[in-house]
Amino acid sequence: MSQGPILELRGINKSFGPVQVLHDVAFSVYPGEVTALVGDNGAGKSTLVKCIGGIHPIDSGEYLFEGERVHVSGPRDAAVLGVEIVYQDLALCDNLDIVQNMFLGRERKSGLVLDEDTMEEMAAKTLAGLSVRTVKSLRQHVSSLSGGQRQTVAIAKAVLWNSKVVILDEPTAALGVAQTAQVLELVRRLADRGLAVVLISHNMNDVFAVSDRIAALYLGRMAAEVKTSEVTHAQIVELITSGRSGELGLKNGNGAAS
Amino acid sequence: MTTETLPKQENAESALGGHVKGYFERVRGGELGALPAVFGLVILCVVFSVLRPAFLSAVNFANLFTQGAAVAVIAMGLIFVLLLGEIDLSAGFASGVCAAVLAVLLTLQGWPWYLAVLAAMVTGAIIGLVLGSLVAKLGIPSFVVTLAAFLAFQGVVLLLVKDGTNISIRDETILAIANKNVPPAAGWAALIVGVAVYAAIQFVQARRRVARGLVATPVAVIAARVVTLAVVAGVAVYVLNLERSRNAALVSLKGVPIVVPLIVILLIVWTFVLRRTAYGRHIYAVGGNAEAARRAGINVDRIRISAFVICSFMASLGGIIAASRANSVDPNTGGSNVLLFAVGAAVIGGTSLFGGKGRALDALLGGAVVAVIENGMGLMGYSAGVKFVVTGLVLLLAAGVDALSRKRAASTGRR
Ligand SMILES: Nc1ncnc2c1ncn2[C@@H]1O[C@H](COP(=O)(O)OP(=O)(O)OP(=O)(O)O)[C@@H](O)[C@H]1O
Ligand SMILES: [Mg+2]
Repeated sequence: MSQGPILELRGINKSFGPVQVLHDVAFSVYPGEVTALVGDNGAGKSTLVKCIGGIHPIDSGEYLFEGERVHVSGPRDAAVLGVEIVYQDLALCDNLDIVQNMFLGRERKSGLVLDEDTMEEMAAKTLAGLSVRTVKSLRQHVSSLSGGQRQTVAIAKAVLWNSKVVILDEPTAALGVAQTAQVLELVRRLADRGLAVVLISHNMNDVFAVSDRIAALYLGRMAAEVKTSEVTHAQIVELITSGRSGELGLKNGNGAAS
Repeated sequence: MTTETLPKQENAESALGGHVKGYFERVRGGELGALPAVFGLVILCVVFSVLRPAFLSAVNFANLFTQGAAVAVIAMGLIFVLLLGEIDLSAGFASGVCAAVLAVLLTLQGWPWYLAVLAAMVTGAIIGLVLGSLVAKLGIPSFVVTLAAFLAFQGVVLLLVKDGTNISIRDETILAIANKNVPPAAGWAALIVGVAVYAAIQFVQARRRVARGLVATPVAVIAARVVTLAVVAGVAVYVLNLERSRNAALVSLKGVPIVVPLIVILLIVWTFVLRRTAYGRHIYAVGGNAEAARRAGINVDRIRISAFVICSFMASLGGIIAASRANSVDPNTGGSNVLLFAVGAAVIGGTSLFGGKGRALDALLGGAVVAVIENGMGLMGYSAGVKFVVTGLVLLLAAGVDALSRKRAASTGRR
């Protein structure tokens, strides 16, 4: 358990024009663990994740991966490190099929030509590995899939690569009970495989069911990073809504970082 | 609905049934593909040949190809831009500029044909580079950039051909493109080789997929495709190989026009690029969801710029073909209806104006429809005015079908 974080952010600031969305945020992610990232709507969770994924450049702060300072300036940099993100707004191309989406930007080629067969096999294997059984054909357009199926494709896309960190931005928000359970089970399995998993969710039951750690963002500030076993539902809810809970959280309820 | 993800090997019959069923499901879901164009083409051909038997003559058949060639080539380039959901309104006059460059260098400067052609093609590529950069880097809507270019290029053509005069083309090689024919035997040979290679590729691919346990196109479907290709291309080659000269003893006129194999090569190249390379895949991705493409690490700006380069480059080829066919370049080369016909060809062929959907073949299918309308109505003695109105209506119809099929796709959850 004394393993250090695989991904660590320190003092991250991020503004969109005049609006500062992230203030001096610190965030650590550990291999083999599920870290839940919680916070109210607009707290900055998705923004933080997009900074990690290289979608938004950070204004200032340190980005450490496996203890080394790295510079992530685009999605490819993140992918090279082994950081994969399933975005809240999924980011799939409706006009492409499942296999094409899963390999988008990282197509398998033999020479100049796309190696469709290998890609299809790998996609099938990955989906089977996630025990996905609801997709009729791997060659159907993503536009014809249900919300849950799209989510599964997006997750499969993230785990297809030998990724080390998988970040899921509200993967269960649009899912029914059964599919939610499946995704959570999947999240747990990924962590048990040794991956570092970050799960963003508004559902406290889900968070407590699968996470090892919880990080709570409050108005763009990291209110607390705690072990799940050491806190209660109520404490987390308090952290989310007011940024503090007893000894935990931001010292000054409304702002300045602790 | 719940079936295995890992597709099992089904027996041939049910695989065929599934394939056919899948096709009809897609059509009902709004993915009409080539259907409207093929349907329209058949109807138009029947109507015109009933009303004007001359429509079916070998001479006229050959005319259709040389008439439609420039527009089809420009349309093929436009498809790249349309796939991104952008538009290039300047493609017509870009072809005019390139044709004018060709004519000036060839006739006035006395350059050899290959250097003049190269210069025209480079001109096209540079035009595309500038347009694409303005769209991708500065973020000016392509509609505005290319509308400005449309006007500017019109001026450039005027300047190059010195106000209203025209420059005639005398170079044998350039003239041959649209005016000379492939020897009949060579036409047959190319046809046979082409069909054989197509069949071989399809069968080998299917066998490889079966060997790996993947769902493959059923043999019956492949056979149907091969037979269709062989029949359609075979009839075309046969008719084009008939004697077209009114006085065969004096001068024989038969064979496939040289421009046809040129277009077929372009079709094969761009189909390969779009369907079999990562670059082509990325074009579809950017057209379907640019943000998703960006997050997948695709350099969206570079894709945008390259699409405009391809479009203007193809316009330069269209310009060369037009110059060859007209034996000259004048201020109207690439002007008037050329751009609209090209956009019309692409859309009629099944390329979506909303981006993300289209094939290189669409340019030929739609180009054929446009050429048949133009040619057939000309034979019926309608004026240019009527032809414009009808072509405009057909374009509107095609765009309407595009929009409706998109709506239908949305309502059946395919988008
Ligand atoms: N591209 C952007 N430009 C300007 N402001 C933005 C941008 N993206 C996010 N914001 C702002 O940043 C703040 C944080 O947004 P973010 O999407 O990170 O919240 P979130 O915690 O993911 O919320 P939710 O739970 O609703 O998904 C919001 O106030 C939002 O308006
Ligand atoms: Mg969010």
